[in-house]
Amino acid sequence: MTAPADSAGAPLVQVDDLAKIFDVSAPWLNRVIDRKPRQFVHAVDGVSFSIRKGRTLALVGESGCGKSTVARLLVGLYAPTRGSVSFDGVDVRSLDPVQLRTLRRRMQMIFQDPFASLNPRWKVLDIVAEPIREHGLVTDADEQRAKVGELLASVGLAAADADKFPHQFSGGQRQRISIARALATQPEFLVCDEPTSALDVSVQAQVLNIMKDLQRQRGLTYLFISHNLAVVRHVSDEVGVMYLGRLVELADKADLFAQPRHPYTRMLLDAIPDIRMSGRQRTPVQGEVPNPLQPPTGCAFHPRCPLANARCSAERPVLKAFQGIQIACHAVEEGRA
Amino acid sequence: MDATPLLEVRNLRVEFPSRRGTLLALDDVSFSIAPGEILGVVGESGAGKSLTGSAIIGLLEPPGRIAGGQVLLAGQRIDNLPYEAMRKIRGRQIGAIFQDPLTSLNPLYTVGRQLVETIRTHLPVSESEARQRAIRLLQETGIPAAEARIDHYPHQFSGGMRQRVVIALALAAEPKLIVADEPTTALDVSIQAQIISLLRRLCREHGAAVMLVTHDMGVIAETCDRVAVMYAGRVAEIGPVADVIHRPSHPYTVGLMGSIPSMDIERERLMQIDGAMPRLNAIPKGCAFNPRCPNVFDRCRSERPDLIDAGATRAACWQVEPR
Repeated sequence: MTAPADSAGAPLVQVDDLAKIFDVSAPWLNRVIDRKPRQFVHAVDGVSFSIRKGRTLALVGESGCGKSTVARLLVGLYAPTRGSVSFDGVDVRSLDPVQLRTLRRRMQMIFQDPFASLNPRWKVLDIVAEPIREHGLVTDADEQRAKVGELLASVGLAAADADKFPHQFSGGQRQRISIARALATQPEFLVCDEPTSALDVSVQAQVLNIMKDLQRQRGLTYLFISHNLAVVRHVSDEVGVMYLGRLVELADKADLFAQPRHPYTRMLLDAIPDIRMSGRQRTPVQGEVPNPLQPPTGCAFHPRCPLANARCSAERPVLKAFQGIQIACHAVEEGRA
Repeated sequence: MDATPLLEVRNLRVEFPSRRGTLLALDDVSFSIAPGEILGVVGESGAGKSLTGSAIIGLLEPPGRIAGGQVLLAGQRIDNLPYEAMRKIRGRQIGAIFQDPLTSLNPLYTVGRQLVETIRTHLPVSESEARQRAIRLLQETGIPAAEARIDHYPHQFSGGMRQRVVIALALAAEPKLIVADEPTTALDVSIQAQIISLLRRLCREHGAAVMLVTHDMGVIAETCDRVAVMYAGRVAEIGPVADVIHRPSHPYTVGLMGSIPSMDIERERLMQIDGAMPRLNAIPKGCAFNPRCPNVFDRCRSERPDLIDAGATRAACWQVEPR
């Protein structure tokens, strides 16, 4: 069950040119009658990153930027249209179903909505024990119960809670049950898709603290999806900013927050309400996220970008290394920013 | 505060009768809003902040009912008005903005028709005057090509644009008070910032006071003059925004502020308030916050504190009482 002896800092998860295209065409008959073309949404369009062991990569962006699709592609809930996911140096595509099953045990997911992600007709015992049973890790019923009690204790719940149903818990407690379930197979990698965005701030603080404690104790690696930059700043080591299916900036947390370079990253940071009322200078945000069915030509951000010029509307910038970070922006590259 | 507040809520109680007894959802809530002032009402889910808004505009969902206290608008009681009289006040004197801009617009009518209807219901103007006014309102809320957009249906607008239409609707009859219930919660951060600054600017220009209900302390800090922090159906602390945020007196406010991840300060762990807000049927005796309070003492468990002066703010906490 222990991870192979790897040199510290080797990437646990490596994603290369990952893409997912959804077919959102009207039904065949409507297409024929209305002479409508097929329509595709490039939900994720060529995303590459890697996460080192024990670290947290956060993906941020607004609704529809493809961050949740990346999460689902990583754990295998969607099959990628293009590109590859490697886990611990092994390309997931090269594995047969039996090997895939073993791999699944090492990666788990926590979902956004703690009300929808727990079966209301199951007791907590069965919910948390399901991955253990599914993977045949512990077969004896008493041992299973003991294991579930242990898992519940590790997320700050009581072992006696195993005999309750999900509706007897508050949102924050349910999210802890989700975390306990995700930890049941002793995974190395957790994909957390907006785990706290449905929670109140004081409860969010409890869940974030638990997640950080668990990471320290168990050496977990996280992919943390969020739209809340303050939360991202609190939990992550590295941050990737997504816009319309692509990464526009990927940098260490300290770099990104100290010196955001991509105009979109700056806009996102400027949009955060200034809670300490420090009188920070901010530029007003403009425009809205365009329709992903008809993305703008060139750089997808150019219609909202204060630095856009002719090149930006014609040529799509690619993510490349720039002064220690990765960025996809003509303006920054040319020194116009 | 000014001599005559625009809105005054005195000892408001809201109850929900149920089979297992009566639930007290709002208990002794008092505050006031001066003309042109923006008061934030903040709290976690179930604290009663939205309910306070619904009680003020007279739209409590049955079986909820006002069981005590008074709501006064410009010195006149409005909590005991008959339905028809209250209907005239809503829209004309109190505008409302709700969380979900899609469900607050009628999908079967163009936005222009909804605006014109609202304007003509409350103001004595002709159809064409009302339409001109509607176009002007849409322009003010920053909708491009308002002359053309006025004839579009709600589904043809994006979420942010719909919320602009809702703001235009709320302002249509020039009300003196706007009750905005989580106006930006359904929107993305970049849109939220636009809507918040729009709301603040328009209300200043139109001289409307705002009661802004939200769970987002950041939005409060950006927008409001004063803020009321609610907990378990009661006001825990109320005061000028800067004082409540920087020098909170109530232990709940202190915990709430500490649990918000900050953009400025780096911390390994967030401050944490253990436990959860009590359910309405199990509100503890004495101070409702006492089981979670780090500074609890005997009196908190037996006797309920009222709002007590605590420097610049007022807090419902025995700790701040001068001894």
